[in-house]
Amino acid sequence: MEKIPILRMGEFLLVTIQIDMHDQLALKLQDDLSNTITKFGSKGVLIDISSLEMVDSFIGRMVADISGIGKILGAETILVGMQPAVAITLVELGLSLPGVATALNVERGMAILRRKIDADGFDDFSR
Amino acid sequence: MSDATMSNVLKKSGKEIQANWARDLANTTASRGRISAAELDQQAAEFIKLLTIVSDHAKASDITAPEFKDIREFLEGISRSRVAQGFSSDETASFIFSLKKPFFAALRQDAGKDADALADQTWRATELLDALGLHTVKTYQKSREEVINRQQREMLELSTPVVKLWDGILALPMIGTLDSARTQVVMENLLQKVVETGAQIAILDITGVPTVDTLVAQHLLKTVTALRLMGAECIISGVRPQIAQTIVHLGVDLQGVTTKANLADALAFALKRTGNSLKS
Amino acid sequence: MTSVAKGELPLRSEHDIVLARQQVRRLTQELKFSLVDQTKMVTAASELARNAMTYGGGGAMHWDVLDVQQRTGLKLLFADEGPGIANMDLAMTDGWTSGKGLGMGLTGAKRLVNDFEIDSKVNGGTRVTITRWK
Repeated sequence: MEKIPILRMGEFLLVTIQIDMHDQLALKLQDDLSNTITKFGSKGVLIDISSLEMVDSFIGRMVADISGIGKILGAETILVGMQPAVAITLVELGLSLPGVATALNVERGMAILRRKIDADGFDDFSR
Repeated sequence: MSDATMSNVLKKSGKEIQANWARDLANTTASRGRISAAELDQQAAEFIKLLTIVSDHAKASDITAPEFKDIREFLEGISRSRVAQGFSSDETASFIFSLKKPFFAALRQDAGKDADALADQTWRATELLDALGLHTVKTYQKSREEVINRQQREMLELSTPVVKLWDGILALPMIGTLDSARTQVVMENLLQKVVETGAQIAILDITGVPTVDTLVAQHLLKTVTALRLMGAECIISGVRPQIAQTIVHLGVDLQGVTTKANLADALAFALKRTGNSLKS
Repeated sequence: MTSVAKGELPLRSEHDIVLARQQVRRLTQELKFSLVDQTKMVTAASELARNAMTYGGGGAMHWDVLDVQQRTGLKLLFADEGPGIANMDLAMTDGWTSGKGLGMGLTGAKRLVNDFEIDSKVNGGTRVTITRWK
């Protein structure tokens, strides 16, 4: 079965989702990430969806869950690169992903994570 | 068979029919200067060629049949270009209908003294050309609508320009009533600009918005949420006292959106915000 | 294959949901819908296809390209032979701001399309028809 690769970048993990995932694959990703965070003691997870042309409620929930699970395991999650059409559709669908931090791209996402971790922060910065 | 007659006539006298037709066309259409005689000639030739092919088909007037695909598409192309060139719908349709005269003349010559055959052929020819002519008009109207819709959209975008106030800070002065359609266009435009400029903050200025009811508030919130999902922050500025009261009375939850009384305050806030992030 | 104005595909497995999404994407692209409208339709299709799979025990997606009075539209029907919806009112309530979960995803999908029709009988299956106009 295919899996989505998880790249380790120091204290962070980078996941780039480029394919149209079926539900099982999404769940597997969640599982793999949880294990990988624990394995490396990662402090941050970046989920790059700049290639995704569609995010439905299942994927949305998966991202929210990953964020929640990550927090419990000591890692901050940040969702980056959502396309405008996808953002508009998600909002119309009724999903606002309130607990998930976001950034325009990977670079910004890393900067935010870095600041957060340096600040030893427990603050919730999902504004 | 009678239908073979139509196609035979076209094959035999096609060039002559085309010449006569092109001459008639040149006298009416081209004289308006929007289309050259050469282009008309080429269109006429192509049409005769396609017509010859389809007239071999038995059910000569059901133009929705697959055999008519090529000629339909050709006419759709003609319609679209006529729209772009500023012709009216009847000017466009007359391209087809003006073929009748030279075509019937050729059919008459071919039928000789056989009045029945001529009547039959003329009827089939007119049925076919009418159907094709109507199809041309239908496509013309559709193309026109598409042009109008596009122009409306462009006007909407122009009336709500996105302005870059500073590096990473965009502003969108919203003026007039915010209805659903308008907000959609405006929102899409703003989100696109955020991606293009890599902006961190978008300021929605509603000084020019007369009233904010629940619907308008919802539209604004949707824009704010979409921006956040993309990773940009949103500030709403130009909130007048009446609007603030309305928002509270309506029980609208602004969900932590920063609001400022005017654009200047919003810009100051935004500068501090983006200034802070540069310090790391 | 996508220039066929009418068609159907089965919804029997998870992979079929992905195929359904891709088919709707192809159709809306061919019909030259705007990118936002394409995305809305594909997302709605994903929600409803998943419903048919998850709650309906599998079914099919039927598509139909409409051309009515100069307007072009895409109509999709998601049909299953499952247990049906017992409480339609409950299934169709969902506030816009609740971001937690969408239950059956019906109200969300409804907001993404122009026309929405649902027909369901207890133990008699469910049919959801959505249409998006250009």
